[in-house]
Amino acid sequence: MVYYIIRRVLYAIPIALGVSIICFSLVYLGPGDPIQAVMPDEASEAETQRIRVAYGFDKPIPIQYLLWLNRAVQGDFGNSLQHNRPVIAELIPALQNTFRLAVFAATLSFLIAFVAGGIAAYRNGTWIDKSVTAFAITGVSVPHYWVAIILVIIFAVELGMLPAIGMGSGSSRDWAWDLDHVKALVMPVIALSMIPMGIIMRTTRASVLEVLSQDYVETLRSKGLSELNVLRHVIRNASPTVLAVTGLQFGHLLGGSILIETVFVWPGSGLLLNEAIFKRDVPILQGTVLVLAIFFVFVNLIVDIMQTWLDPRIKRG
Amino acid sequence: MVEMKTLDMREGAQGRRQQGEEITVGSLRARSYWMMVWVRLRRDPVSMVCGVILILIALASIFAPWLAPHDPYQTSVFKRLAPIGSPNYLLGADELGRDMLSRLLYGGRVSLFVGLFPVVGALLVGGTAGIAAGFVGGRTNMLIMRLMDVFYAFPSVLLAIAISGALGAGFFNVILSLTLILIPPIARVSESVTTQVRTYDFVEAARASGAGSWTIIRVHVLSNVLGPIFIYATSLMSFSIIVASGLSFLGLGVTPPTADWGLMLSTLRQSIWVNPYVAALPGAMIFITSLCFNLLSDGLRSAMDMRL
Repeated sequence: MVYYIIRRVLYAIPIALGVSIICFSLVYLGPGDPIQAVMPDEASEAETQRIRVAYGFDKPIPIQYLLWLNRAVQGDFGNSLQHNRPVIAELIPALQNTFRLAVFAATLSFLIAFVAGGIAAYRNGTWIDKSVTAFAITGVSVPHYWVAIILVIIFAVELGMLPAIGMGSGSSRDWAWDLDHVKALVMPVIALSMIPMGIIMRTTRASVLEVLSQDYVETLRSKGLSELNVLRHVIRNASPTVLAVTGLQFGHLLGGSILIETVFVWPGSGLLLNEAIFKRDVPILQGTVLVLAIFFVFVNLIVDIMQTWLDPRIKRG
Repeated sequence: MVEMKTLDMREGAQGRRQQGEEITVGSLRARSYWMMVWVRLRRDPVSMVCGVILILIALASIFAPWLAPHDPYQTSVFKRLAPIGSPNYLLGADELGRDMLSRLLYGGRVSLFVGLFPVVGALLVGGTAGIAAGFVGGRTNMLIMRLMDVFYAFPSVLLAIAISGALGAGFFNVILSLTLILIPPIARVSESVTTQVRTYDFVEAARASGAGSWTIIRVHVLSNVLGPIFIYATSLMSFSIIVASGLSFLGLGVTPPTADWGLMLSTLRQSIWVNPYVAALPGAMIFITSLCFNLLSDGLRSAMDMRL
């Protein structure tokens, strides 16, 4: 297993490099001279020329990539064009806010989906099972940005219980544990939970059903083990797959929160991306995508290793 | 989302292997196999209802110019945000007083096309790459699949947004970025199914009896891998429609005043304090379409599953 872990970690390196190449090339996808993409419009010719030489934009593309990569691993993603501040200074608080949403959404969906999916499998074929299955397919089919708008219509427009936008009072980007901030958290978290909840429910139901059909469950029951103890075995055997899927969903939540953050004007990495796209702030776009994608590679790595550790039967060659 | 479906599909492929004799259908019995699928599908009321709804939505979009009661671009100051059920304006009007029903009908054209075309494109590119990788194996396989792994290393929605964002807003750019994110999962499934089929005895037998690679691919491989790949592709349609509408919701798709469900949802969002129900309509269309695609795909999957 140690051998597998080492191999898996080593394999993440070329993947991360590939990811960085794609992020690097984002600058070249847009129309026009790439230097224009990373310079403010009002920059003078001399200034542009200075940056062109200083950042190596006059060099061949492979060299440019290496220079860029070298700066990126040191946390230097260039300067934001709209704020003229280092990208990293914008990125860190935004990531913290998104992280908070994703952690709550992943936890909420895991708790509900694991219990509901498990019950559905135990009561296979009954109306409980059918409602859980229907809920799960709704979760994966519904546009979650639309759910967000519906939630706003119900809880902000009609009932006036929750704030429609923002993260607590004013336009503050700092988090605090008070009622205002927690209230602001409710709707984005519910909207974000829809997709992972559906997926985790389906996975839990399928894996618990599979475990229940195994001979050893029959053996456990026939030797007189109480149903509660049987359940312990079932959970132990079904959980590696479910945890792996939950981990991946957490990664997707971090990268896919842009739509929800746009609806709720939540000051996270998604909103940052949205602004970057419409103000053509390429350094922010590039930096945010790179950090989120590298984080996703890392999550994948942890999930794979955890799964091998939880379920030693999985032999990876 | 995509990741999870890949896992599902692998289980499906393994299930099929256990019932190898069912898979070795030649062209003669192939027709009866599809007939069987159709018979099973017809017995599933959910799939049939979803299929009918999807056909109706498609027809309504295609024949929008004849069905729409109003010009979808005709604005009217007096009709602004008219509620649902207003005389002449059955589903109300949007923030510029344009008839919602007409706009929803026209919107389906763009939304369905942008949502579905990438699946077809990715099926062609990713399917070919995956089948080639699986059949040739060795270094070619490694090269293609490792390249796919790099794209897989991105959360799919993030990659679509990043590419669209870098390219700029536009109809073709959305189609391009969606196609790009759908290629890796389809290639992965195609590769694993093809690798599996390649190990079957009948392929070995064909090779031993002197069949060339092309013949084997045409006669033995394609007839066995296309079904599972096709089913997998149908399961991506709902995802593709949601992401396509999401991109245009963000403003990365078609530009106003073009009618498109995602874009309409985004512009009407400003009006939820005035007329919340009209604002919710375009999202409901996206939801119904995507739900029907998912249910139909599930139905097809179980109709084609030999374990039934």
